Amino acid sequence: MASEKDLNLEATELRLGLPGTSDESAKNQTSATPRSNKRALPQESMTSNISTASKNCDQETAPHTKAQVVGWPPIRSYRKNSLQPKKSEAEISGIYVKVSMDGAPYLRKIDLKVFKGYPELLKALEDMFKFKAGEYSEREGYNGSEFVPTYEDKDGDWMLVGDVPWEMFTSCCKKLRIMKGSEARGLGCVV
Amino acid sequence: MFWGSRKTIDMNYFPDEVLEHVFDFITSHKDRNSVSLVCKSWYKIEKYSRQRVFLGNCYSISPERLIARFPGLKSLILKGKPHFADFNLVPDDWGGFLYPWIKAMAKSRIGLEELRLKRMVVSDESLELLSESFPNFKSLVLVSCEGFTTDGLAAIAANCRFLRELDLQENEVEDHRGYWLSCFPGSCTSLVSLNFACLKGEINLASLERLVARSPNLKSLRLNRAVPFDTLQRLLIRAPQLVDLGTGSYIHDPSSEAYNKLKAAIQNCNSIRSLSGFLEVAPCCMPAIYPICENLTFLNLSYAAGLQSNELTRLIHHCRKLQRLWILDCIGDKGLGVVASTCKELQELRVFPSDPFDAGNAAVTEEGLVLVSEGCPKLNSLLYFCQQMTNAALITVAKNCTNFIRFRLCILDPIKPDPVTNQPLDEGFGAIVRSCKGLKRLSLSGLLTDQVFYYIGMYAKKLEMLSIAFAGNSDKGMLYVLNGCKKLRKLEIRDCPFGDTALLEDMGKYETMRSLWMSTCEVTLGACKVLAKKMPSLNVEIINESEQTEFNLDDRQKVDKMYLYRTLVGHRKDAPEFVWLL
Repeated sequence: MASEKDLNLEATELRLGLPGTSDESAKNQTSATPRSNKRALPQESMTSNISTASKNCDQETAPHTKAQVVGWPPIRSYRKNSLQPKKSEAEISGIYVKVSMDGAPYLRKIDLKVFKGYPELLKALEDMFKFKAGEYSEREGYNGSEFVPTYEDKDGDWMLVGDVPWEMFTSCCKKLRIMKGSEARGLGCVV
Repeated sequence: MFWGSRKTIDMNYFPDEVLEHVFDFITSHKDRNSVSLVCKSWYKIEKYSRQRVFLGNCYSISPERLIARFPGLKSLILKGKPHFADFNLVPDDWGGFLYPWIKAMAKSRIGLEELRLKRMVVSDESLELLSESFPNFKSLVLVSCEGFTTDGLAAIAANCRFLRELDLQENEVEDHRGYWLSCFPGSCTSLVSLNFACLKGEINLASLERLVARSPNLKSLRLNRAVPFDTLQRLLIRAPQLVDLGTGSYIHDPSSEAYNKLKAAIQNCNSIRSLSGFLEVAPCCMPAIYPICENLTFLNLSYAAGLQSNELTRLIHHCRKLQRLWILDCIGDKGLGVVASTCKELQELRVFPSDPFDAGNAAVTEEGLVLVSEGCPKLNSLLYFCQQMTNAALITVAKNCTNFIRFRLCILDPIKPDPVTNQPLDEGFGAIVRSCKGLKRLSLSGLLTDQVFYYIGMYAKKLEMLSIAFAGNSDKGMLYVLNGCKKLRKLEIRDCPFGDTALLEDMGKYETMRSLWMSTCEVTLGACKVLAKKMPSLNVEIINESEQTEFNLDDRQKVDKMYLYRTLVGHRKDAPEFVWLL
């Protein structure tokens, strides 16, 4: 169990008040590590330092929410919109693909965007369908299981999950199928 | 014989054509303006021979007067909305419409060949009219514009027979899918530059390949996200002469045939000096471009959110000749250290935030900037979004790099003091303006008092553009700047405690400037009215987004947004309801 000292709680504690007006706030700005991941929120420092800024502040007052000032930081909307969709797309649209398993009575759907890579995806599939996929190797495919995860790509071909870079996989995977038994042999796996 | 007893030669004796020929060598706008002031005949000759005109504010003169003044106009640069419009501080429909300019030039049969626009509202109608009215039209560059769709681009493609350049930078374009590219006729072989990176929709890939194949002069090609890896490879094979490349989607399997083909194709492109794009990217594919890195002078990875710090530094290791680098802050301070030790020719650095609303742990700090200043003595242009800055760091940077022309610092928390000393950043910026005698553009951020403006007024004698946000204590701050910065042309201020006294102290000053923007300051409606009345050569505009009408408002009430600019033509006729022209 890490002691309180190790956790350096003070450095990350959020406080209200003008920076520099008290020892406590001074500590809030500097931290044990050269770079503090928490910074004074613009909203809380602004309302205490600048009276006119209150007109422009967005309305959130709870200290744990991220206050956003209109037009700050000064980045062109075009650039902001290009970068942010990385997050909002995942939250809103996602990449949903159907997953079927040989012998199962109905299909499932999963969102590929929530996974960072193949290990996470396989674990999720294993949990969902209660099977074990076996050991993946580039040369031999999935070793040690009668279940093989495959996917249909943009060209309509059935491919072995894991061969191509993750980003490429998420952009071309149309559906997933967990093949079983003899059918799976054609893809070079050893049961 | 005819010189007679004259000891000097009368310049006016030279035939007009000779003077015209001489004036051809005078290319800078400033110099040509000076030439036209010498005497009547020089004015006349300069007037008819002037081909290139730059209007920093499209409302400073009307299209008709411009055409009357320079009937030989061939190349026009127009800027519309105020700079802060880029950050959503100016409502839509404020103005900056292109159409009246096209209409007037078409009517007067101006032989327009080049048009470069920034922050203008460009309708499809104006693009269509443009494409039909100027048979020699060669170059269209749109930066941060809006209001058009790919239908307008289709008209340009279809009708501009000698088009050399179509360059779209960071515009908001409504995309009606890729057919516009197919509108370039088979006879169009003149393209030198094609940039459609900002388009969001699908592109007709086959048309693109054919277009590139029949454009032997193509030097610059920037693709959008919809152009996949395979197509890129085929395009590079057809255009090995490229000097400037912007990739679209850059994702593939590095062990595939297509990847190997791309590697081979790129190695053939030994003229590429400028690289950008990677809007979607698989890091494992980056090694393919290493061979061209050693000759790069400009690298723009500011949209390549898929590359992490170690991949970025691996790439930069190869870029020894880099002069301009645009990058995301996920490169980190250590990564900037690699830049410092590798890119000894670096002149311009822009570090953008990868997560603007949440300073993540990969963001850069003052350390990265100091490293770059130590390693890159030629640095003269900076745009740096960071988590924090210290006075000590700025003082060090000022000592290491005295050549700054542009210095724009944006600390993501707008009023953050020096985290080590808890002091405002007055001394740090003071050091910058004292040391960089050629400084023309400055953007401030962090906790700042009137003192920083004292320094700016005292030392920034060449300063032309100043951007201020959440800074200062009193009117004195703004007055230091207005009184001291003799070359000031553009001043934009938001959320500062500057009010009527500062605004009205030296009203004549604004006639020497292009424009002044003040939002969420202490300026009252009454003061704006006084200014407007005393200075007929200025347009003073109030942007009022509330429900109130002008008549309900008390003169003592503070205005939210004021924009004033010098003009030769008085109030503009196209202002929307929410803009009050005083």
